[in-house]
Amino acid sequence: MGMTSPSHRVMKTASNAVLLLVTLMFALPLMWLLLASFDTRATLSIKLPEIFSLQNFTDVMTPETAFTPLLNSLILAGGCALITVTVSVLAAYPLSRYKMRVNKPFLYGVLFGTGLPITAMMVPVYAVFVAFNLIDSLVGTTLFLAATSLPIAIYMTKNFMDSVPISIEEAAWMDGASMLTTLTHIVIPLMRPGLAVVFIFVFIGAWGNFFVPFVLLLSPGKLPAAVSIFSFFGQYGSVAYGQLAAFSLLYSLPVITLYVFVSRVLGGSSAMAGAVKG
Amino acid sequence: MILLTIFLVGPIISSFYGSLTNASLSGAAAQNSSFVGFDNYAALFADPDFPKSVILTLVFLVASAIVGQNVLGLGLAILMRSSSRMVRSLVGTFVVTAWVLPEIVAAFAAYAFFNETGTLNNMLSAVGIDGPNWLYALPLLSVSLANIWRGTAFSMLIYAAALQDVPTEITESAEVDGARGWQRLLFITIPMIRRSISTNLMLTTLQTLSVFTLIFVMTGGGPGTDSSTLPVLAYQEAFQFGQLGFGTAIATVMLVVGALFSIAYIRVLKPEVD
Repeated sequence: MGMTSPSHRVMKTASNAVLLLVTLMFALPLMWLLLASFDTRATLSIKLPEIFSLQNFTDVMTPETAFTPLLNSLILAGGCALITVTVSVLAAYPLSRYKMRVNKPFLYGVLFGTGLPITAMMVPVYAVFVAFNLIDSLVGTTLFLAATSLPIAIYMTKNFMDSVPISIEEAAWMDGASMLTTLTHIVIPLMRPGLAVVFIFVFIGAWGNFFVPFVLLLSPGKLPAAVSIFSFFGQYGSVAYGQLAAFSLLYSLPVITLYVFVSRVLGGSSAMAGAVKG
Repeated sequence: MILLTIFLVGPIISSFYGSLTNASLSGAAAQNSSFVGFDNYAALFADPDFPKSVILTLVFLVASAIVGQNVLGLGLAILMRSSSRMVRSLVGTFVVTAWVLPEIVAAFAAYAFFNETGTLNNMLSAVGIDGPNWLYALPLLSVSLANIWRGTAFSMLIYAAALQDVPTEITESAEVDGARGWQRLLFITIPMIRRSISTNLMLTTLQTLSVFTLIFVMTGGGPGTDSSTLPVLAYQEAFQFGQLGFGTAIATVMLVVGALFSIAYIRVLKPEVD
């Protein structure tokens, strides 16, 4: 073979080299974020801080700057994920268990909804929210976030539910359990890891969403961290890069933790991508 | 279902209607919007910013989603198969972190990287190149690169999963038959994962079509409208210039484009639903 197939060792070295180079390009912007957050005199360029200090973190960790927005983010993302998971379990159950005539068009509808660019809708959504007097309402925004994440969540939940064997449920029905009892006592406990993936997937999406609360919420007391970081950037952005980076890190930490949890504990980093792939 | 109807179908309908009125954020038209028919669309196509924005959006889509994220994602996934374990986990960590970070944080990191006094220019000046002010001189290139940086992980994960499903016997037997590395890739691996490729192309296109935060934070659509893709333009028209009807018309155009892509995507997935 010699001539035709490249030596595996050369190949391995080459791939390692290329990959490391790409990784470096990917890592640089992230390293800036990390280093700048410990540097009280941070600039926009990556550099080692002269003195490592936690000053930036203590500066932003005030109720006004960080805690209220983070709490708002928690309410928005948590509420959204809770509603979404509940509704998608209820919607996915009949889709997964019964062969009905509406199943196929409904699934197509769900898939279609998955594909629509939500950003495109924000201008008309704003008009609708004005009409219903829901502007600046946390509840309204949470409901909207839940609605936008429902299509993908229903699709994922259905896929997870399909892998729960139906025979156990049939046994329960024989024993006289109602459908709701079967759902809450048998199906949901069996697909707990799947539901956790859906919950976290939706939570991460809602936590990171900037545009929706940016358009729909107005009063500073209700803004989630995504938007308050942006206004922080607008007010002090040109001077306090270190604080900005520290706040950004604090805000990113929960979703990174959740992602690591999903990929390590709930099986494979491709769990999410796989669920999306269908 | 009710939620879906109110919040997803409602805006779509009102979007079509709204795009036919002269509604605006303030002034008389805010109180009583009147039906103006297709005037907004006429104005849309007459406005030089709109065709420009369409072209910018297309370039952004092709450069960052179709070419950038997919090719780089596939490349990384392939290279990762023949690399050492340590390197693999290192790549995974950093590439995926850029993807998992909240949009706004990623946008700041990219903003700092491409800024005139940012990391990129600092590195270039270290090797003696006087870098341009990326965000002003080459705004579309900067946001496209930033979008590649942020979005590649998704393609990489999908392709890594797809490559795992390619049976090794086939590539091995091709190797025995004397197929070179690139021949194996072109004639065996890629045809075998073509379904993942089409799905992924659809998904990345749709995601990139709705990228707003990245561009908004990095360049604000500027300078002028030099990086205003359709979502940014719709936002500017509706909320910064108060032309709600006009912005809605742009949104409707985008929804139609998104819907077309979405239908194409469903057709790709069809065998799985049936």
